[in-house]
Amino acid sequence: MVERLGALVIDNVTALGNFVLFLGTAVWCAVTPPYKPRLVIRQVRIIGAESIVLVGLIGAFTGMVLGLQGYNTLRRFGSEGALGTVVALVLVRELGPVLAALMVTARAGSAMAAELGSMQATEQVDALAVMAINPIQYLVSPRVIAGVISFPLLTSIFDVIGIWGGYLIGVGLMGAPGGSYLNGIAQNMSGHDIMSGLYKALVFGLVVMWVCCYKGYHAQRMATGVSRATTEAVVLSSVLILAWDYFLTSILL
Amino acid sequence: MAAVEQNGNGPLAIEVRALRHRFGRQQVLNGVDLDFPRGQITTIVGPSGCGKTVLLKHLNLLLRADSGKIVIDGVDVTRLGNRGLDEVRKEFGMLFQAGALFDSMSVFDNVAFPLVENTRLGREEIAPKVREMLANVGLEGMEAKYPSELSGGMQKRAALARALIRNPKLLMLDEPTTGLDPTRTGSIHALVRHTQQRFGLTVVMVSHDVPAVFEISDHVAFMHEGRMRLSGTPAEVTAANDEVFNRFLAGRAAGEEQGASAL
Repeated sequence: MVERLGALVIDNVTALGNFVLFLGTAVWCAVTPPYKPRLVIRQVRIIGAESIVLVGLIGAFTGMVLGLQGYNTLRRFGSEGALGTVVALVLVRELGPVLAALMVTARAGSAMAAELGSMQATEQVDALAVMAINPIQYLVSPRVIAGVISFPLLTSIFDVIGIWGGYLIGVGLMGAPGGSYLNGIAQNMSGHDIMSGLYKALVFGLVVMWVCCYKGYHAQRMATGVSRATTEAVVLSSVLILAWDYFLTSILL
Repeated sequence: MAAVEQNGNGPLAIEVRALRHRFGRQQVLNGVDLDFPRGQITTIVGPSGCGKTVLLKHLNLLLRADSGKIVIDGVDVTRLGNRGLDEVRKEFGMLFQAGALFDSMSVFDNVAFPLVENTRLGREEIAPKVREMLANVGLEGMEAKYPSELSGGMQKRAALARALIRNPKLLMLDEPTTGLDPTRTGSIHALVRHTQQRFGLTVVMVSHDVPAVFEISDHVAFMHEGRMRLSGTPAEVTAANDEVFNRFLAGRAAGEEQGASAL
């Protein structure tokens, strides 16, 4: 009993240590030569550019529903003029970074875990090592860098499209005053609001790539191992996004 | 080890001494001693789970031993750091069991990969080398194909071309004929022999393709329960009349007959 408990604690502490060391190695490999700019650009394309349509679509609908709900709520207090401020602040500070990160996790993070997992299962990772190429440097570091670059950019796109989606419904459909929608945003949104959203996106980018690469890289070398790694990567990334969101909000507020 | 003395005392390419490795409670390598003579084909045979793939992973430096040493060209590689290991690895070519070609790249890019990543050669210098190597393994005109478009035997050939592109001194083959029919097995064996003679390589091969693999091997080591039970020339190993080895051979033959009757 005691022995089993001890073994469990040791296993978990070891796993946590490996998890942290993995990120440490990836960051160290990212800042030491040889640099792999072409791989980073390729990953920015896969994680970032190829996610733009999806993120834009989700951004539009999120903004539209905020316009609808916001207008109906604010009308009760007779303050429809504040609609723009409400939509923009909610998007920029909270929903933009979180929803964009969740969508990219579902789209690119899962694919990444599955790709690295099957590369591990078919010995492609070992093949890199035998060819004297550090697999972390070749496979993981470019993805982490690309995540940190892509997430803030995708979040910005999400925010802008969402604000226009809110305008479309709130002003176009429901009839809130258009001038005060835009003017409210310009007057009440500070640089700090925008930056706090982007800091969050940056951290989420790091966390999602870290988790998805780790899970894929350490997948058991069989088909079920790859599928389990993919599921765990998405679940753990999503939980960590929301948990970190709380802590970051309490720090940045 | 029921020793069968090796003849010919040429310089050794690899010496393995008292190598041990444990996974959890399982002692997979239990004091392996074996010499791999330079410029010859040494084949490790044995039943599944006897530790031969783990031994190969030590030789290509993917795993670290718990104890014992591996001396490659006079250097004890078990003491090297990561940078030192990479220097040693640059002398290696390795053919993995399933080929391990990068499926996101064409055959050309796969074979060119070690040159692109580890040398300063330009594209125009690399291209003729890749084409020549593909011709060596009988894959002319397949440059633009992707690994998923190739048959199992062709994938092995492409992987062999990738392993040989940097003119390694040591070629390691992990069950190069698994999953191939007898005709293709024969042609891969012939290719390995031809390549070894042409480039004067030291070849380390793991196989359970007995006795077919004996025809191309200079030395055979029979691995059983984490250590070498027999080693010597194919004739010596066969003549040793070892009980366990004979059972292994008989089991292979019985398994093949079963497989054949199932068809």
